[in-house]
Amino acid sequence: MSASVPTREVARRAFAAEFNDATYTFKESDDDRAPVYSLLPTGERANRVFVVGTLTETEDVGDDAEYWRGRIVDPTGTFFTYAGQYQPEAASTLRETETPAYVAVVGKPRTYETDDGTVNVSLRPESITIVDENTRDRWVAEAAERTLDRIERFDVADEYAAMADAEYDPDLSAYRDQVLAALEDLEEDLGVPAQA
Amino acid sequence: MTDLRQHAVDIHEQFSDAVEVDVDEVEARLETLVSEYKVPIEEARRSVVSTYLDEAGIERDEIATGGSNAEVDVADIDAPEEWVDLTAVVVELWEPRADSIDQVGLLGDETGTIKFTKWAKSDLPELVEGRVYRLGNLVTDEYEGRFSVKLNRTTTIEELDEEIEVGEDTTDVEGALVDIQSGSGLIKRCPEEGCTRVLQNGRCSEHGEVEGEFDLRIKGVLDDGEEVHEVIFDQASTEDLTGIDLAEAQEMAMDALDTEVVVEEMRDTVLGRYYRVTGPTLGRYVLANEVETLDGPVDVESVLIKARSIA
Repeated sequence: MSASVPTREVARRAFAAEFNDATYTFKESDDDRAPVYSLLPTGERANRVFVVGTLTETEDVGDDAEYWRGRIVDPTGTFFTYAGQYQPEAASTLRETETPAYVAVVGKPRTYETDDGTVNVSLRPESITIVDENTRDRWVAEAAERTLDRIERFDVADEYAAMADAEYDPDLSAYRDQVLAALEDLEEDLGVPAQA
Repeated sequence: MTDLRQHAVDIHEQFSDAVEVDVDEVEARLETLVSEYKVPIEEARRSVVSTYLDEAGIERDEIATGGSNAEVDVADIDAPEEWVDLTAVVVELWEPRADSIDQVGLLGDETGTIKFTKWAKSDLPELVEGRVYRLGNLVTDEYEGRFSVKLNRTTTIEELDEEIEVGEDTTDVEGALVDIQSGSGLIKRCPEEGCTRVLQNGRCSEHGEVEGEFDLRIKGVLDDGEEVHEVIFDQASTEDLTGIDLAEAQEMAMDALDTEVVVEEMRDTVLGRYYRVTGPTLGRYVLANEVETLDGPVDVESVLIKARSIA
């Protein structure tokens, strides 16, 4: 019956600066196959995200097998995405794409701890596709709106806001300032009539 | 009369035969949930009903409202746990997937279609596809935002000698296309009369090994960051969306000796772009009758105003 069909996880929208701050991960149950969520500082859980930005650099950082790293830049920072043999399509996109290019990535947040104890957040891609500037601009406006929504409804009575409050003690005004700066940049870009 | 009182009266009417209870007590229970525990009234009502169901030792679908229900249109059904009457045609019957279900399928009227379930234990007469019935005492239900009606032991079924033209309840969804599911691209369908099942490895689940007919479709996922919607693009809208028509797709597959190349090419063209899709819903899918690529000017101004308004 339909009740047994697992619901697909929503792809959250978050800017790189917030995404990279989401170092705390958790599961909702003890089941091995239970989805892993990363906790966004603005008080939402994310098992999947959708990002659009500028792919500025790709590098094969693998030892034996290919393991591609891509740097994807948005108005607030850089997403790091890694694709190897288990993400063959994403890996080949990273291998073959000439940078810089606008790319859209659907993927899962992943965290790893470095030797000095800092936790890095990266993006394991389900898909990477090359898109146009309009799609990128649309994403910036959308990510801004979703982030503002989260900031606006942040309330420690909510489970994930409470969790974010305890884990990060987040400075929400900093995230709001990043959003504002991103939007002002975008407005400035769009305000200049395009040269034919 | 206050809203709370009205709800209390309704609930009392449902149970007055089965349980020893007065309206004031029902209202007090509602009052506690709503005022003290900040439970929304619909939830409170559900909870109080459950309490009395337990007390009376009866199943939820065995009770009926005392008074007459609202005669509703399909499109008006927007809340679970309501008792309604409906005049509708049986649009289609599906294969029940459990012994407890006698019949399951789709009812339709001028305003749209809705799933119905008829339980085996309710012991009701058979509904026939294509016929129109006046159905009394149905209970509405909801699952993940989609509504259905359930027939129960108290449901009255009266066949009417009339016709109903079923309306399409179109929905409008937009977002980024974040996934293309398996079974997309160049597919083969069963050629048997009336059967259009998609073949798996050249086999139809009903008719076995058959010489399939080629078709194009995309089963995709639109995601706006808050909700996901599964969308089916048929041959025409797939061609519109991807710029690949059936003949080209077949050629591509022949050259590569593999049909997968078609969907791979489609992924590159459509994944990560924003679309608005309009069409009827079928089960969990929206059928993409109209597709609009969202590539117009981006509205920054309204988001900026919002950003500046947050201190």
